[in-house]
Amino acid sequence: MADKKKKNTKINRNRWKIQLLATLATNPLLMNFFSGKIYKGKLKSICVPGLNCYSCPAAAGACPIGSLQAVIGSSKFKFSYYIVGLLIFIGVLLGRVVCGFLCPFGWFQELLHKIPTKKFSTKRLHMLTYLKYVILVVFVFVLPMTVVNEVGMGDPFFCKYICPAGILEGGIPLSLANEGIRASLGWLFTWKSCILLAVILLAVFFYRPFCKWICPLGAFYALFNKVSVYRFRIDREKCTSCGACSRVCKMDVDVYKTPNHTECIRCGDCIRTCPHKAISKSFSLYSPKEEKS
Amino acid sequence: MRKMTGFLLAVSLIMIGIGIYRDETATVLNKAINICLECVGIG
Repeated sequence: MADKKKKNTKINRNRWKIQLLATLATNPLLMNFFSGKIYKGKLKSICVPGLNCYSCPAAAGACPIGSLQAVIGSSKFKFSYYIVGLLIFIGVLLGRVVCGFLCPFGWFQELLHKIPTKKFSTKRLHMLTYLKYVILVVFVFVLPMTVVNEVGMGDPFFCKYICPAGILEGGIPLSLANEGIRASLGWLFTWKSCILLAVILLAVFFYRPFCKWICPLGAFYALFNKVSVYRFRIDREKCTSCGACSRVCKMDVDVYKTPNHTECIRCGDCIRTCPHKAISKSFSLYSPKEEKS
Repeated sequence: MRKMTGFLLAVSLIMIGIGIYRDETATVLNKAINICLECVGIG
């Protein structure tokens, strides 16, 4: 039991290594940054779990949110069983572990937050966390489905007007390496670059602002945190409600009250901090009672 | 066994199967292998 807890703490302390590996696994084709081209192989029919633009030259898989809009906005389909099924599968297994460990754009914000400046709490901005659900419903589902052209095709509204990952990973590298793309840039690139700049600046002062307030993928996975196979457990016999876990939580979760809150990205800081070792992780389809019997 | 979790896992696998059967993966692939002009800010 002591060995298991030691292993769990080690995993969380080395979370950045998993984030780095996930970023490289999602974007292994680094040489494409110099050619200004993107990968065109069949692996791109498979979605990666985190937010990663499929127009990133290094990307080997498809962005789940981009793919979802592409299928919904196509003239052939108005709903994507494949992408929604995949997201539910990942969400039910892992919940927002994807956000905390596997998402390159989440890691990017964490790296920015390490820049030594004064940091500000987002506790009073809690209402903004509901904005990402509105963005998920309106920009990812409703608009691509309903605002269509003459042949019945809708734009990927989130990708087109909001997503900063597309500019960071796709627009900027491609325009640097490809003269044709550079010549085609216009107001939309400027608008999205402003969004990217705002996210970068906010991430320096606030922890993961895009994940908390904007990301529709995080919003989707958040729906499954309460039912996911991977979950946190509070040992009520050990917990004294001291609040140490809540104070250390950068996602503003009162961990001892709601260990599987929708905002929890499973970073594990609370587990490391708990003076009574009352918080543990679990990866099981069975409830604690069923496990004991 | 947690029933809701098991149910959702089963539903998700069925949905993935339906999506593959409907050839949605071809749509995903077609979008992903071409530069997404909307994503990179060209529109």
